[in-house]
Amino acid sequence: MLSERFAFLLFAAIALVGAVNVVTRRNPVHAALWLVGSFLGVAGLFLTLGAGLLGAIQVMVYAGAIMVLFLFVILLLNLETTPFEGLSIARGASLLAAAATLALVVVPFATAKELRAPATPDLPELPATAGNVANALFTKYALPFEVVSLLLLIAMVGAIHLARRPRRGEPA
Amino acid sequence: MSTLPVALLSSALATPPAAAADSTPPFWTSLLMVLVVFGITMTLVPLMVLAERRISAWMQYRVGPNRVGIGGSLQPLADLVKMLFKEEVQPDGVRGFLFTLAPATAAICSLSMMAVVPIGGTLAIGGWSIPLVVADCDIGVLVVLALSSIGVYGITLGGWASNSKYSLLGGLRSSAQMISYELTLGISLLSVLVVSGSFESGSFRLSEIIRHQAESGLWNVVRLPLGFVLFTIAAFAETNRLPFDLPEAEPELVGGYHTEYSAMRFGLFFLGEYAAMVAGSSVIVCLFLGGWHLPWLAPAVTVGPGGAVVQVCVFLAKVLAFLFFFIHVRWTLPRLRYDQLMKFGWKWLLPLSLVNLLFAGAGAALGWF
Repeated sequence: MLSERFAFLLFAAIALVGAVNVVTRRNPVHAALWLVGSFLGVAGLFLTLGAGLLGAIQVMVYAGAIMVLFLFVILLLNLETTPFEGLSIARGASLLAAAATLALVVVPFATAKELRAPATPDLPELPATAGNVANALFTKYALPFEVVSLLLLIAMVGAIHLARRPRRGEPA
Repeated sequence: MSTLPVALLSSALATPPAAAADSTPPFWTSLLMVLVVFGITMTLVPLMVLAERRISAWMQYRVGPNRVGIGGSLQPLADLVKMLFKEEVQPDGVRGFLFTLAPATAAICSLSMMAVVPIGGTLAIGGWSIPLVVADCDIGVLVVLALSSIGVYGITLGGWASNSKYSLLGGLRSSAQMISYELTLGISLLSVLVVSGSFESGSFRLSEIIRHQAESGLWNVVRLPLGFVLFTIAAFAETNRLPFDLPEAEPELVGGYHTEYSAMRFGLFFLGEYAAMVAGSSVIVCLFLGGWHLPWLAPAVTVGPGGAVVQVCVFLAKVLAFLFFFIHVRWTLPRLRYDQLMKFGWKWLLPLSLVNLLFAGAGAALGWF
């Protein structure tokens, strides 16, 4: 389908352009907004795959709730635009590493004669409706799901612990 | 009373034969629906602006605007002309692109919400069955939530791009407030989806929720009275209406996020707020008050042209009644203080909405509904 391919290219372009701008903008508010754009592009990709539920959740949770919180904190801290500090050896090295990683991803795709999806025999072809997603999450993948949520909880507790002011008489 | 109107009415309301209503309608019917729904919204918005001023005047024993047109009926038009022709003031240090994008975001998000709201059942005409909704997509209700969470950016960015401390504080308040109340909104919505059996069918269409209410003859407000109250309160907060209009609290923040806005950019914020009210009322009517359904009148989902008109009128009457409630509350209640607002949202509404969800789940499991 031509229109499907067009939609995929459009949303992929939005996601990628957004992602590149997130790391290149010097103003943190602009970077956050480009990230919102990138998330919206990913939500569009979900929609082209027929996974409307995931697309809606992507917009509500990531583009909506989480990024608004990000923006809230950025505005509250009143972060300044970071000036360009020039090239250092560390910067050059990280640029080189990034370029090498990118090449590792791009070169196989660019040189491959044909692209084939990896075989997934244990995944039945179910539409990504709420019922199917919930069934998968709470039966077959219940343990990984709970482990991931525990991981998020640990990260949250850790962040609060690090940011908390030490009480009097307590070592910092 | 002559029997002719009654006979006409009942023949108009009768369900047409099922065989006539199974082919997909041509593409232009969707475009027509876009025009109809957009037209309804854009008619209700100026009507609301006028009603707000006249009703507030009535409640405060004043006259209100009554000079333009008969009884002030053309006042919104005059306001629009004023906004279009006023000078567009852009203060120093404003981030130009975002300063324009912010009101546009607010207006577009509120207006697009109406796309998933069914204004009637399914119209069967000339062999086609046309659902009376712009986009009858599976994720219907979620689209409303998603758009409302994107709409927050309009206000937050408007506050930031204005380069003014009052605007910034207004924008920050709004983002904190909307995030807090979105949780209650979402969880109350979940309870509706649970009792409507949306999780079994995997479809979050508003039309399915209305169909469930119409076929069982019981509106969700009866099933979930607490959910209805919670959802309504959260909707007030989401639309930044009194008693939750902290983002634009005049005594503290001048105009809040739109302090620096003028002319049509301000007009877009204004349009966005009222369109959000119209969309919010429509969604509440669909979720809790049976949408186009009225007991003993036009109970069928699929109807002929006459029945469709009746259904749309019933739907509009409910929406207008709810909008009147919106206005009435605004001119009755005082504004909350910011800490009260947060305490109320997190310590009262959120736990209550969880209780309501538990109630809905238990009811669905035990077959109370």
